[in-house]
Amino acid sequence: MFNLLWLVPAIPYFSFVILAVFGKRMPRSLSGLLGVGSVGISAVISVLIGIQFMSSPPAGDFFMQKLWTWMGVGNFQPEIAFHLDALSLLMMLVVTVVGFLIHLYSWEFMEDDEGFSRFFAYMNLFVGSMLTLVLANNLVLLYLGWEGVGLCSYLLIGFWYKDSENGAAARKAFIVTRVGDTAMAIGLFLLFWNLGTLDIQEILNSASMQWETGSGLALAVGLLLLGGAVGKSAQLPLQVWLPDAMAGPSPVSALIHAATMVTAGVYLIARTHVIFDLAPIAQTVVAIVGAATLLIAGFSALKQHDIKRVLAYSTISQIGYMFLALGVGAYSAAMFHFMTHAFFKALLFLGAGALIMCLHHEHNMFKMGGMRKQLPLTFWTFLIGSGALAAVPLITAGFYSKDLILWRAWTSDSGSPILWLAGIVGAFITAVYTFRMVFVTFFGKAKMQANHRPGARISLPLVVLAVLALIGGFVEMPHTLGHFAPFSKFMHSVLPEVHGAHLSISIELLFQIIAVVITLTGILTAYIFYYRKPELAENMAKSGFGSALGRFFYSGWGFDWFYYKFIVGPFVWIARVNKKDIIDFIYTIMAMICQIFNFVFRQTQNGRIRFYAAGIAFGAVIIVAIVMFT
Amino acid sequence: MTAIPMEHGLLVAAVLFMLGLIGLLVRRNIIFMLLSIEIMLNAAGLAFVVAGARWAQVEGQIMFMFILAMAAAEVAVGLALVLLMYRKFKTLDSDQVSRMRG
Repeated sequence: MFNLLWLVPAIPYFSFVILAVFGKRMPRSLSGLLGVGSVGISAVISVLIGIQFMSSPPAGDFFMQKLWTWMGVGNFQPEIAFHLDALSLLMMLVVTVVGFLIHLYSWEFMEDDEGFSRFFAYMNLFVGSMLTLVLANNLVLLYLGWEGVGLCSYLLIGFWYKDSENGAAARKAFIVTRVGDTAMAIGLFLLFWNLGTLDIQEILNSASMQWETGSGLALAVGLLLLGGAVGKSAQLPLQVWLPDAMAGPSPVSALIHAATMVTAGVYLIARTHVIFDLAPIAQTVVAIVGAATLLIAGFSALKQHDIKRVLAYSTISQIGYMFLALGVGAYSAAMFHFMTHAFFKALLFLGAGALIMCLHHEHNMFKMGGMRKQLPLTFWTFLIGSGALAAVPLITAGFYSKDLILWRAWTSDSGSPILWLAGIVGAFITAVYTFRMVFVTFFGKAKMQANHRPGARISLPLVVLAVLALIGGFVEMPHTLGHFAPFSKFMHSVLPEVHGAHLSISIELLFQIIAVVITLTGILTAYIFYYRKPELAENMAKSGFGSALGRFFYSGWGFDWFYYKFIVGPFVWIARVNKKDIIDFIYTIMAMICQIFNFVFRQTQNGRIRFYAAGIAFGAVIIVAIVMFT
Repeated sequence: MTAIPMEHGLLVAAVLFMLGLIGLLVRRNIIFMLLSIEIMLNAAGLAFVVAGARWAQVEGQIMFMFILAMAAAEVAVGLALVLLMYRKFKTLDSDQVSRMRG
């Protein structure tokens, strides 16, 4: 079964090629079947591989499949080879299974779109690239997948390219992530220069042997890799592209900008965790970036009125939690949150997409209202997703993963009460903005009429994801609930256990009670402000300070303004001033000199035979004179 | 009979050559220009003959034979060109046909 591993990325790639070449001439049903079916087959194979991996683990807890050597230049020999271990298996399963559900959803969602086959071509290319990224056994192949998903992200954000705003959003996403990618590429060069290999396992082994803890090189590599992760995962200070990325179709937001691609940064750091263990400063930076991002994005989500932008900021915020977990060394907690987040955030985006589709493409949730009665299935699944996002205790998956992160943020050796405090404040804000969204959209008076109800291919993914968002957390129970933890046990074959003080169960219980109280308070706050007494929120928004703060949060803390003022603006100014390219001037001068000579010599070619004869005679005189007088 | 000094012979050759050159440069009629070239060729031939006589070597006169042959060939080609030129442009003025075409 393991030998079929190569098929998992190969099938979506194959389907991409078919769709890209013949897509226009295919009937819609066939391109839909191909686009959805290819990812479906991949998902089935992944699940079968996963079952075999768990029931009879291969020797050394990993499986390596080498296909061929990509290129050979000296001792630089990257291979096309796949490395399957617990971490990449988890990623592969999430990408294919959630990816399949989202593809199924898109089949109906994009049914009437003129770019139907193009959409599935891009989506399949994305799934293939993402699988290449997570399965790659060396960093060059990983980088290939990394850029591949970036490309697909660009193509799909700008999918409705006829609106130039979408194109601008796509370019913004591409350019901002490129900043991080450049840092990552430099990190790879540094690794290769120092260790002479880019094979991930070899790097991890030789780095821990050759580098000392806290060495400058480990710090530099760690920070550069973090730069790449920050760009891809939309963390501070490169988070500005993700809210604009919502210009793409909703399934794209669900698959790429919530469930899979944006968590590639989390995967990268977890994959190269040895380097971060060797560089405690870099690891602390990861934690601080995560904590700061989750707060900033959370506050920004509070004031958005576009339902997808709320979700975008909440994605940034939740990935902030994952970074926080990575930063305190709780790698398996980060991956756990990645998994549950993939379920509930994909669910939320798909639910929002269904809403938007049924409501004549209306994004503003303050114009919706009362959808609970009109779209009951969407409401219940969305409610479950929101519950998981806000970490409603015991019944939702989000509770278990977020609780684990909060617990580790304080008790881990590299954790601190401040990080925990940031996390708990973030949890409160998350509950507020999530249920603000739920109350505003689904409760109150209906302001719009839904024009149709979602069909089976949209409902099924919603239900399946809702079930996953409920039960997905039961694979990792805290000590207070019997300490049933197969997930972290499974992960520990790859990721180290958390180093931290062992505290008694009663303290852990206290932490959990605080978290639960905070979450419920948040929901209650949203209930009061946005359902029971909306005039309270309006009065607050009208006061001078309140409206200024609201605008500040609405603009995402002014990051866009800042970047425009201090990076984009000056850049455009320089470009405009230097339109005639000062360096090009040197070459222009050379060309001008040549032209002058051309002009002079052209005069001699006048076609008058006597002039030529005179020239010859004159030249002969000069030569004779030279011969005679020297 | 006393031999003519070489300097005199060379002087005549130089004068002839200059006459030919001046003729070439000042005349616009292409036939006169060809004639001037003939004069210049003969001046060169004369210089060879004089030099050959001075050192009593036969090569001077042999060289003149070559020049003669070459001059005949040149005139043959040159006159053919002149004929063509006249047919095409209806003129023998060399300045009138100064436009170059590809």
